[in-house]
Amino acid sequence: MSEAKKYNAPVTNPETAPFWEAAKAGKFMIKRCTTCGEAHYFPRAICPFCFSDKTVWEESSGEATVYTYSLMRKSPTGPYAIAYVTLKEGPSLQTNIVDCDLETVKIGQKVKVVWKPTDGAPLPFFTPS
Amino acid sequence: MTIKGKAYIAGIYEHPTRHAPDKSTPQLHAEVAKGAIEDAGLTKDDIDGYFCAGDAPGGLWPMVDYLGLNTKKLRHVDSTETGGCSYLIHLGHAAEAIAAGKCSVALVTLAGKPRTGPMPPRASGAEADFELAYGATTHNAYGMCAMRHMHDYGTTSEQLAWIKVAASHHAQYNPHAMLKEVVTVEDILNSPMISDPLHRMDCCVVTDGGGAMIVTTPEIARSLKKPLVRLIGHGEAMKGPRGGKDLDLTYSAGVWSGPRAFEEAGVTPKDIKYASIYDSFTITVLMQLEDLGFCKKGEGGKFVADGNLISGVGKLPFNTDGGGLCSNHPVNRGGMTKILEAVRQLRGEAHPKVQVQNCDLAIAHGTGGLLGVRHAASTCILERA
Repeated sequence: MSEAKKYNAPVTNPETAPFWEAAKAGKFMIKRCTTCGEAHYFPRAICPFCFSDKTVWEESSGEATVYTYSLMRKSPTGPYAIAYVTLKEGPSLQTNIVDCDLETVKIGQKVKVVWKPTDGAPLPFFTPS
Repeated sequence: MTIKGKAYIAGIYEHPTRHAPDKSTPQLHAEVAKGAIEDAGLTKDDIDGYFCAGDAPGGLWPMVDYLGLNTKKLRHVDSTETGGCSYLIHLGHAAEAIAAGKCSVALVTLAGKPRTGPMPPRASGAEADFELAYGATTHNAYGMCAMRHMHDYGTTSEQLAWIKVAASHHAQYNPHAMLKEVVTVEDILNSPMISDPLHRMDCCVVTDGGGAMIVTTPEIARSLKKPLVRLIGHGEAMKGPRGGKDLDLTYSAGVWSGPRAFEEAGVTPKDIKYASIYDSFTITVLMQLEDLGFCKKGEGGKFVADGNLISGVGKLPFNTDGGGLCSNHPVNRGGMTKILEAVRQLRGEAHPKVQVQNCDLAIAHGTGGLLGVRHAASTCILERA
């Protein structure tokens, strides 16, 4: 199932390279704006809320709650659970819930980040905690 | 400045095909363009504005050349691309251009063949590295909206199914509809689960084909023979996760495009006699009805139940051509056909079994992109003049 799935390596770019470097060390990074104080994801150089360029990298706890999900049953690579999870630090993000019985995924469920390898930097997924 | 009453839809054409292995995509564009021009009673040389979106092979330059539009006359072009609602936005933009004197006869075309040809890949933006691996598709992106809507408001699969039931009641009278069979709530609940909580029959059809319209000035429209239909309000809006703050997938950008259109038109949802509502999935309709103000947020399930969307039965006849759920969803883009059926209703040209009596005010509304990810919305209020 999801374990056997091959994922493409992220292309990366100068703006997001620090995220992927940290990912290689198992660290899940978000960005926080030091002007308005808001955290955001995926990471941008300029804050999407106040448009300040004073954004800094911050390591996320990787702890999150399932906001919503859908179990995709018709897929050539097998079923998968796409989801939005809301990080303890605030931002919500799109992901897959993996390494569990997909039929048991629920809104409100506690999940934590888990990394899946690619030919480049690993990709973040979430699994029940 | 307003576009209220400044532009009329003088010609419409929906390609009768739903399966076109023997035609090219440019050819389908040309066939629908020809159909709309002839419906208006105009000629190709009258066209001085052209609008197309991402379905047009190569975009504006190749299409203008292929169609043989008169480039000595063509003085306004627009290739706004917002997925399935592009054509609703084109209608608004055509009205703006006409009101500003930038063109007087605008042609808008949509065509393609997802059943019998390759579809161009969906373009991705800055989010690519952070989202593509998770496999968002139309089915599961809308599934995530439905899942959260059910969680927050108690919406049920039975309520969603009523939307398909209503569409099927209308489609039985459309000789070109892909699915003409009247279906029941049970049929839908018993169809295979595609992406929870959406069943196969919660999904729209995939069809080859297309449609086109001619948008023109009040003076030219009055000189032609068709019943007069004009645009009196238009709104457009966009929504996305925006850095992940305050994520709420239970509403669409229609909460912003709708009020803009209603305000410009000077009417309210209660005044609307017929509604064309984009129906890529049943949940799309339910959320948009709430967002447009036909019922309160969270009460869409009750609103659509028990045939309330069936013409002659319920309070808000919707998608009387059978919509994308049963009739046609050319190139996976439903915005054009929403306008076309609204114009038929206002002209009194809908099938007699589904024609709304004294239909003088209609809404055509749609979303484009992925409702659960990033999308646009556009609302058009149309009036029989």
